[in-house]
Amino acid sequence: MTTASGSVRAIARTRPTDAAAPRRSRRRQVVGIAIVLVALVLIWEGAKWLGGDPWRIHAQVAGVALDYEHFPPLKWRIADDLSLPHVWDIGRAFVDPAQRGGPPLGAVLAGQAVFTFGEALAGFAIGGLLGLGLGVLFVNSRLAERALVPYVVASQTVPILAIAPIVVVAIKADWVSVMAVAAYLTFFPVTIASLRGLRAFDPRALELFRSYAGTRRQILWQLRLPTSVPYLFSGLRVAAAASIIGAIIGEQTAGVAAGLGSAIINYNQYYVSAPERLWATIVMCTLVGFVFVGAINVAERVLTRGRYRPVPGML
Amino acid sequence: MAESGAGAPVVEAAGVGKVFGTGDGSVTALDGIDLAIRAGEFVSLIGPSGCGKSTLLRLIGDLTSPTGGTLTVNGKTPSRARLDRDYGMVFQAPVLMDWRTIAKNIELPLEIMGYPAEDRRRRSADLLRLVELEAFADRHPWELSGGMQQRVAIARALSFDPKLLLMDEPFGALDEMTRERMNTELMNIWRRTATTIVFVTHSIPEAVFLSTRVVVMSARPGRISQVIDIDLPADRSVETRESPRYFALVTQVREALRQHESGEESSGLDGAARIRAEGLA
Repeated sequence: MTTASGSVRAIARTRPTDAAAPRRSRRRQVVGIAIVLVALVLIWEGAKWLGGDPWRIHAQVAGVALDYEHFPPLKWRIADDLSLPHVWDIGRAFVDPAQRGGPPLGAVLAGQAVFTFGEALAGFAIGGLLGLGLGVLFVNSRLAERALVPYVVASQTVPILAIAPIVVVAIKADWVSVMAVAAYLTFFPVTIASLRGLRAFDPRALELFRSYAGTRRQILWQLRLPTSVPYLFSGLRVAAAASIIGAIIGEQTAGVAAGLGSAIINYNQYYVSAPERLWATIVMCTLVGFVFVGAINVAERVLTRGRYRPVPGML
Repeated sequence: MAESGAGAPVVEAAGVGKVFGTGDGSVTALDGIDLAIRAGEFVSLIGPSGCGKSTLLRLIGDLTSPTGGTLTVNGKTPSRARLDRDYGMVFQAPVLMDWRTIAKNIELPLEIMGYPAEDRRRRSADLLRLVELEAFADRHPWELSGGMQQRVAIARALSFDPKLLLMDEPFGALDEMTRERMNTELMNIWRRTATTIVFVTHSIPEAVFLSTRVVVMSARPGRISQVIDIDLPADRSVETRESPRYFALVTQVREALRQHESGEESSGLDGAARIRAEGLA
């Protein structure tokens, strides 16, 4: 017993440092992301500095008159103001009103993002359940797996742009069909991940359950599903990102005006006069994706903390 | 065949054989196995790799079925015995469920078998005491050392009082020191629980120290070549490992194994020749 209690103390001793380590690594992560962001901005503006359009700053900042003109030595089409608007122009687009006298574009985009996120989330929930359901069906029925897997794969080789109009016509041109398109893109990664996870148990564990005369249902709930959880979350992260793409494409096909899909079409049409607005919309789409995938990460951490062997890494 | 103990027969094998595959590619893993194990015995199966000792254990535990002979467990077919939950199993790896605490791992078979919660908790508490892991009840498997995990696996196998404990090289992955300590602990557990144990190992000292009988097997095809009664005192301890009788028995088992090694060499050549022939075909 001395060895046992000795180890308890050893584990207790290592706890505080273990608790501090994630905080340190999270701070390092934030710094890393910031450095990459700054580097991207520098490359972006560096390219414009070398080969973009001429630009000048003529402004009063805190009582100091700024007047600066720059004429790039080279001329690259990819770096002109139409292809690559200035980072500060994109930033300003968020603050400037979307329409004369209206709220700022950033607020409008945020509202559209929330709407699109809602559709994506509903599609994700349906697609996720469908994906997991198919996984459970396939591991329990070799016949169903053999018969259906080719169709599951085929469903993902057809371009979503071809499927979406059919879905819209078949269901109804509203947010329900948008959800269906999002679900269509969502279920596949979940099926793949759950199929892998539901089979990831140690084969000897199955022999143990056999020796307990456990039923199929008990094996599913007590062995297959718990084993699949970390795999499932990998699939859910892919599915979360895909559900937003699905919702945006669904909105555009169904002509749902309240989301980011219509914003993209709108600012596409005005790209020549205001390219920074489309870029601002792209930034907003990315933010929605980040929030969604981040939420899945948080959910995973909350559900698996202390229950599963800790795994290093972000995804 | 010598039989010690006066308990009721638990395992009765007569002419049991196991052939894997069919036709030209078939491999005879076991041939003509006659063996009777009585209640309360501790029987070790020892032999070179490929002698079918694990296969024999798996046949008894109904993880695979014989292709010849008759095999009964507690007077039933192995399949019936399995459905009656007569077996506790321990493998070389602990195979614990990561998402369950140590106590919940021990309770897993009880949950599957529908024991009431109160009973489950009492049993897991008793077993944690038995394997001296009370302090780890609420820990998860990955927080324990390999030896501790294997003790949990043993506690789990004992949780539902199985009539027969089947152990397949349970200490094979542990270092020598831990292994000897686990041997002593298993000895104590066996004495206290009076379970019948069939134990597969490739360690001669382990087999001699633990068993009431050692079944020496030979390979290709897997056969029982000798059964050696271990007449060491029932109360075995670290000192037992230093007694002259222990050494004599270790030597006896080693010689029984070696005797068949020479025979194995020729069949090994046959095997190599057969692989060459198959390569040409």
